[in-house]
Amino acid sequence: MEQNIASRRSFLSLAVVAPLAAWGLSACGTSGPGGAAGSGATMWSLTGQPNEGIRKNTIDAFNKANPDETIKLTFFQNDAYKTKIKTAIGAGQAPTIIYGWGGGTLKSYAEAGQVEDLTSWFEANPDVKARLFPSAFGAATVDGKIYAIPTQTVAPIIFFYNKELFAKANVQPPKTWADLMSLVKTFNGMGIAPISLGGQSRWTSMMWLEFMFDRVGGPEVFNDIFAGKANAWSNPAALEALTKIQELVSANGFIKGFSSITADSNADQALLYTGKAAMMLHGAWTYGGMKNDGGGFVQAGKLGWVDFPTVEGGKGDPKDTVGNPANYQSISAKASAAEKETAKKFFKDGLFTPAEIAAYISNGGVPIVTGIEGKLAATDDKDFLTYVYTQSKDAPNFQQSWDQALSPTAAEALLNNIDQLFVKSITPEQFASNMNATLGK
Amino acid sequence: MAAVATAPPARRGATKAGRTPQAGPSPQAGKGKNGALAWLVIPALVFFVGFAVLPLIGVLVLSFTNWDGIGAISPAGLANWFSIFSDPLMYNALWLTFVIMVVSWLVQTPISLLLGTFTAGSQKYRAVLAVLYFLPLLLSSAAIAIAYKALLDPNFGLAEGLRLPFLAQDWLGLPELALGVVIFVIAWQFVPFHTLIYQGGVRQIPKSLYEAAEIDGAGRVKQFFFITVPQLKYTIITSSTLMVVGSLTYFDLVFVLTGGGPGNSTRILALDMYLKGFKANLMGPASAVAVILVAIGLALALLLQRIGGKDNSGSQLEGL
Repeated sequence: MEQNIASRRSFLSLAVVAPLAAWGLSACGTSGPGGAAGSGATMWSLTGQPNEGIRKNTIDAFNKANPDETIKLTFFQNDAYKTKIKTAIGAGQAPTIIYGWGGGTLKSYAEAGQVEDLTSWFEANPDVKARLFPSAFGAATVDGKIYAIPTQTVAPIIFFYNKELFAKANVQPPKTWADLMSLVKTFNGMGIAPISLGGQSRWTSMMWLEFMFDRVGGPEVFNDIFAGKANAWSNPAALEALTKIQELVSANGFIKGFSSITADSNADQALLYTGKAAMMLHGAWTYGGMKNDGGGFVQAGKLGWVDFPTVEGGKGDPKDTVGNPANYQSISAKASAAEKETAKKFFKDGLFTPAEIAAYISNGGVPIVTGIEGKLAATDDKDFLTYVYTQSKDAPNFQQSWDQALSPTAAEALLNNIDQLFVKSITPEQFASNMNATLGK
Repeated sequence: MAAVATAPPARRGATKAGRTPQAGPSPQAGKGKNGALAWLVIPALVFFVGFAVLPLIGVLVLSFTNWDGIGAISPAGLANWFSIFSDPLMYNALWLTFVIMVVSWLVQTPISLLLGTFTAGSQKYRAVLAVLYFLPLLLSSAAIAIAYKALLDPNFGLAEGLRLPFLAQDWLGLPELALGVVIFVIAWQFVPFHTLIYQGGVRQIPKSLYEAAEIDGAGRVKQFFFITVPQLKYTIITSSTLMVVGSLTYFDLVFVLTGGGPGNSTRILALDMYLKGFKANLMGPASAVAVILVAIGLALALLLQRIGGKDNSGSQLEGL
């Protein structure tokens, strides 16, 4: 196509089109509720009841009380949020208040200078810190500095079981790993899947490893990994735990098809309350879900829970637990001084108001504030809530979920290797050597 | 070449009906007009440069850097490329992508070709069936993946609901089966699109060719192989290009359906790129994978165009 004559008309069309195109490009670039300049503080949060409603009420109440310093709240889906917040922070478009899970991801924000150091603020406001679970601050601390305030509820991982099926089989919940292996045989013999697992989500399988590492070798095994000590994954205790997990897989301990089940769809919970599976290791948050969806399963007292079994000769304390000590809110370092002030005011006055605490408890959660035993005991769910509360408060070691504690790079490699371990496409030794390569990354 | 009327092979004898080969406006006559028309390319060009070329350059640059997506970008030299080429996951992903590409083509092309030829007929019932065949076109990949995931669920899926034991496989949970299921669902989603392309292609074939063939005594099967398929040469190339290059970018469907599992058995290149970049915060290596994807895509597209011949805008209808 060889044209030399550019007519006036064509220049005219260009003049019309170019700004249009430029507008189209820029419109795509600024969509989304990014760091709106000068319009007050912003906060992003997660969809999903009951917490979505609780957070919205909390913000509404704060805005009503502080009409000059309001916070604009936007909701996102959990998985979409995790990618979006990372991208937004990288692009300098983060909201004022950054919601997260602490640990390795918070560390990466802190090291990039993207979140505000709150250490001195906590020193100036000791009562804010004093009323929260002390154990919740570990995952908010990077190199001795606090970068986030713990919020919401504590979510340890609980060993659930279906009491009805256990009564039918005339067996007791497992106290040791050997008990568990024999229960697997019993339930398989009855045509009932022993353990429900949403393996495609991968972090669900990870919870088994977290407990087994602790029960076999104690908290030091993961502490060494977290500290990045060379070959920490090849610790004999780690290899023993990995081998035991693969034995459980080989014995058909987990339900058929577990690696195509996702936790997002709550199919794993459904397997437990419909009686297709007898046991399930899952977060405390699933209690509320099963109460809602289980058709009276929880209300009829059919849901049981026990401490994770011990391992013969293992070092871990049976009271040690794993899970999410809290959720976290940080302040973006890119926010204006006024926005930061609003956020701090919200942390001090807006969070854990009596109304918010009551809302968490009535929805089957344990907010991370001390001295609520009385309130927990006054609810329908007092057995479960008290168990979660004491377990979280009294645990000699509360290990934060590994995928949150480690850096995102190491966490993704971990989840990928866990998936392969559970379908037995790699051996425990291969798992250890693959993971050793990620230490310190 | 179309004007040469000497010694036409028997089967296209009927096409030399003595028409002039260049019925449309001659290229010379349209030259002045084309000059102005060229400016109309600008909007598309701006978008192409803005959304394809510039990001492409950005990705190439990023592949030589370390970046976690949040902090500062630092140069890495060739480190990412070395790490990519020593990563067994990448070779696994490359192989899976290749398998999906080839098997998808082998599965989709015959089905689409036959369905396209069938729906090109003028009978009413064919039109009704065509509407049914095209239904999957209306659904998004994510919706299709979620639907299939629910149908194939080993505990609550179709097998359980309809009590069909032969369906009660752990379709997405066994590494050996999952890849086959992915290829099947991809075919279910994309066959309608390619059927539509073939339907259009078949309808372009002049009736006179078939009439002549019928006079010569050719049956349906012979007509299909000696008229329809050769006449669809460029349609086949277009459809194959879309299929082959498109298979490099299957992401959403696999992401929702299997997430790359079980045990990396469906972790294709596009998914590997996403997981590296946005889950593991390794933008450098992810960019390197992206560059590999682009290179393969370009090479395949060029190769297929080359197979189609240089002058593929020319008519395939000799004498028509």
